[in-house]
Amino acid sequence: MKIGRVVATVVSTVNHPSFDGRRLLLCDLLDPHGQSTGRYSIAVDAAFAGAGEKVLILDEGNSARQVLKDPAAPIRAVVVGVVDAVDLGEG
Amino acid sequence: MELARVIGTLVATERSAGLDGVPFLIIQPLDREQRPRGEPLVAADAVAMAGPGELVYFVASREAALALPETFVPVDHAIVGIVDAVGPLEDEG
Repeated sequence: MKIGRVVATVVSTVNHPSFDGRRLLLCDLLDPHGQSTGRYSIAVDAAFAGAGEKVLILDEGNSARQVLKDPAAPIRAVVVGVVDAVDLGEG
Repeated sequence: MELARVIGTLVATERSAGLDGVPFLIIQPLDREQRPRGEPLVAADAVAMAGPGELVYFVASREAALALPETFVPVDHAIVGIVDAVGPLEDEG
């Protein structure tokens, strides 16, 4: 799974049916220190994440389809949690 | 998923089985600021509505094969939505 920060939402009305009613969050991908990796991911929201929040992003199809309860969803990236803290034991 | 700009279409009448009726578009993947990133690629248009110039989002590998009406056709990238806007979240006021 990856760590991300919610930076925007993607509004889309013409889309594959599995996206209907789903909220799409554009997330900056972060390293464990919270620094941007320069990559991003558009993920389906399954954790009611808000603007600017640090989130946990699932990035694997079978688990995504399980979380979304849609066995035919062409979806891999799903926001499955809001991160409270990351501790790298650096004191 | 990532953003891409549709930059062209592709016609291939001689095709492998399973690809009949699948529209192909040439897309340029974009970075977060919608600047071109990496090489253009050919994607199946799973919404069959995207036209040149449009901003879309796409999936790859198994998800692409799942995206088309007839699933598990041999495609490796598929457009699954057209972007109306990339903007602030509702709760940002």
